[in-house]
Amino acid sequence: MSILPFFPRRADKTGGPLLLPGRAWWLKGLTALTLMILHAPIVVMMIFSFNDSRRNVVWHGFTTKYYIQALHDPALLEALVNSLTIAFVSTFLSLIVGAVTALMLWRFRFPGKGAFEGAMALPLVVPDICMGVAMMVFFATIGWPVHMPWPLSLSNIIAAHVAFSFPFVTVIVRARLAHFKREWEEAARDLGAGEWRVLVDIMLPFLKPALVAGALLAFTLSLDDFVVTFFTSGPETVTLPVKIYSMVRFSVTPKVNAASTILILLTVVATLIATRLQRPEETARAEMAAQGGQEP
Amino acid sequence: MENWRRHPLVFWAMGLPGTVWLIVFFLLPLGFVWLMSFGEKRGIVDIAITGTLENYLRAFDPVYLGILFKTVRISLIVTILCIVIGYPVAYVIAFSSKRVRTWLLLAIILPFWINMLIRTYALIAVFRTRGYVNFALAWLYDTVGLDVLFGPFQPLSMLYNEFAVIFGIVYVFLPFAVLPMYAAIERLDRSLLEAAADLGASPSRTFFSVTLPLTRSGITSAILLVFIPALGSFLIPELLGGPNAYMLGNVIAAQFKKANDWPFGAALSFLLMYATFAVLAIRSLLVGRASTEREEIR
Repeated sequence: MSILPFFPRRADKTGGPLLLPGRAWWLKGLTALTLMILHAPIVVMMIFSFNDSRRNVVWHGFTTKYYIQALHDPALLEALVNSLTIAFVSTFLSLIVGAVTALMLWRFRFPGKGAFEGAMALPLVVPDICMGVAMMVFFATIGWPVHMPWPLSLSNIIAAHVAFSFPFVTVIVRARLAHFKREWEEAARDLGAGEWRVLVDIMLPFLKPALVAGALLAFTLSLDDFVVTFFTSGPETVTLPVKIYSMVRFSVTPKVNAASTILILLTVVATLIATRLQRPEETARAEMAAQGGQEP
Repeated sequence: MENWRRHPLVFWAMGLPGTVWLIVFFLLPLGFVWLMSFGEKRGIVDIAITGTLENYLRAFDPVYLGILFKTVRISLIVTILCIVIGYPVAYVIAFSSKRVRTWLLLAIILPFWINMLIRTYALIAVFRTRGYVNFALAWLYDTVGLDVLFGPFQPLSMLYNEFAVIFGIVYVFLPFAVLPMYAAIERLDRSLLEAAADLGASPSRTFFSVTLPLTRSGITSAILLVFIPALGSFLIPELLGGPNAYMLGNVIAAQFKKANDWPFGAALSFLLMYATFAVLAIRSLLVGRASTEREEIR
C-alpha cells in the first residue's frame, strides 16, 4: 500500500481503475465536498431571500415581500438603473475600441509594437485597488465635472470601466483573428472591396463569436465591478454593487439577499443570452464540417 | 503583416481609439499616483510634489511593515490552500466521463458569474455569530446534551479575524486555481500513466514522478492567478476581516478615504504594483529557464 493512495490499489491488471485514476472514491468525495462548500452559501442566500423572517437563520415560510421591498426602494432601483446603464454603454465602447485595437495589432507592423502590447496587458494585471485609487486621484486632479445631468454623471465610471474591459476584448478578438485566412480578405479585395467593405462583410461576420464573447465579458466585468467603481463613484452615482456593499456593512437582511439575487440573475441571464447568440454560428460550423467543408 | 506606412490612415483610425483610451484613462491616472507618491501633504487638499522619499520610508515603519508581511503571509497560505484543495478537484474533473465532466466544469465556472461582493456577503451569513455554522453547532450541542454538562452553547466568533479572511479568499479564488490545473491534467498523455504502471511504479510513485511534474505548468498558472489577486485583496478583508485582519489593500483604501493621506496611499499602492510585477517577472524567468532546459535536452 502506498503512502498516498492516489490510485485504487493495483488489483486489476487489465487496466480498469488504473487508467481512470481520478475515480477513487475518496477523491470523488473530496471533490463533491469542495463543490458543495463552493455553492452552498450562495444557494442558501438565494433561498433565504424568500424567507418570511427578518432573523434570517430559521425558515419561516415563503414570501416574495423582500423582492417587492427591494424593487420599491428608490435608492436600490436607482443603483440598478445606474449599473445597467454603465454596463451597456461601457460594453458598447469596449467592444468598438477593443475590436479595432485587435484588428490594428493583427494587421500592422509598427515601431514600438512590443511596448504597446505590454501597455495593453497592464490593465489585466494591475490590482483593482491600485486602479481604483488611480481613477479617484485622476478625476479629482483634473477636476472632472461632478454635478452633471444623469447619464453624463456616470461618464467617469464608464471611462474607468472601458479602460479595464477593452483590453480583454482585444485579447479575445486577437485569439480569433489568429485563425483568419488572409486569402479571404485578399479575395474580397481582388473583387474590388474597399477597407470598409472588407471590414463589414468579411471581418465582422468572421469575428462575430469573439465579439459576442467579448461583449459578455465586458458586460459582466462592468456589472460586477465593485472596487474601481467604489473609488470613482460619488454619492449621486451609486451602482448596485456599491449599494449592496453599503447595505452589507449594516447587517445581513433578506432585502440584501433579494438585491444580491437580482444581480446574480442579471449576470446569469446575460450569459445565457450570449451563449444562445453564439450557438447558431457553432451549429453552422458543425454542419459545414459534417458536409466535408473546411472549418474556418 | 504589413507595414503601417502602407496604409497610415487605416492604421491611425484603428490604433488611435485604444491608444488614447489607454493613455488618458489608465496610464495617465497611474502616472498621477506615481508622481503623488513623491509628494507631501500640505493642508487638506493641497499636495506638493517635492520628490521626497518620505512616503516610501514610512511604509517600512514597523506598523506598516507588519501589514506588508501579513499580506504576503495570508497570500501565501491562501495560494497553498487553493492548490492543495484545487488539485484533487481538477484531477477528478479531468478523469471523469464526458457527461459528468460538463456538469463539474459548469459547477466550477458558475461562481465566475457571481459577483465577488455577493459571494463574500454569503459567507458573512454563514459565519456570523447568529449564522448557519453556529446555528448548526448549537443544535448539535443541545442534541448531544452538552448544555446540561457545560452550560449554554457559546457561539464561536468566526468573523473578523484572519481565519475568515483566509477562508474568504480561498473560497472566492478557488475556481481560478482549478481551471488551469484542470487544463494541464486534461492534456496529460494517459499512455504515460499506463507505461508507469506497466513498469511497476506504485500509484503514488506514478503520481509524483509522472503526473505532478507533467502538470507543473498548470500549477504555476494557478499560483499566479491566486497569489496576485490575493496580494491586492481589499473587499474580502474589509468585509470579513475588519481592523484585526487588514491587508495592504485596506491600508491603501484607508489612506484615500478615511485618513486622507494621498501621498502615502500612493506610495503604498505603487509598492503593491511593484510586488505584483516582481511575481510576474519571477514567473517569466522560470518559464524562460524551463524552455531553455527543454531545448538543451533536445
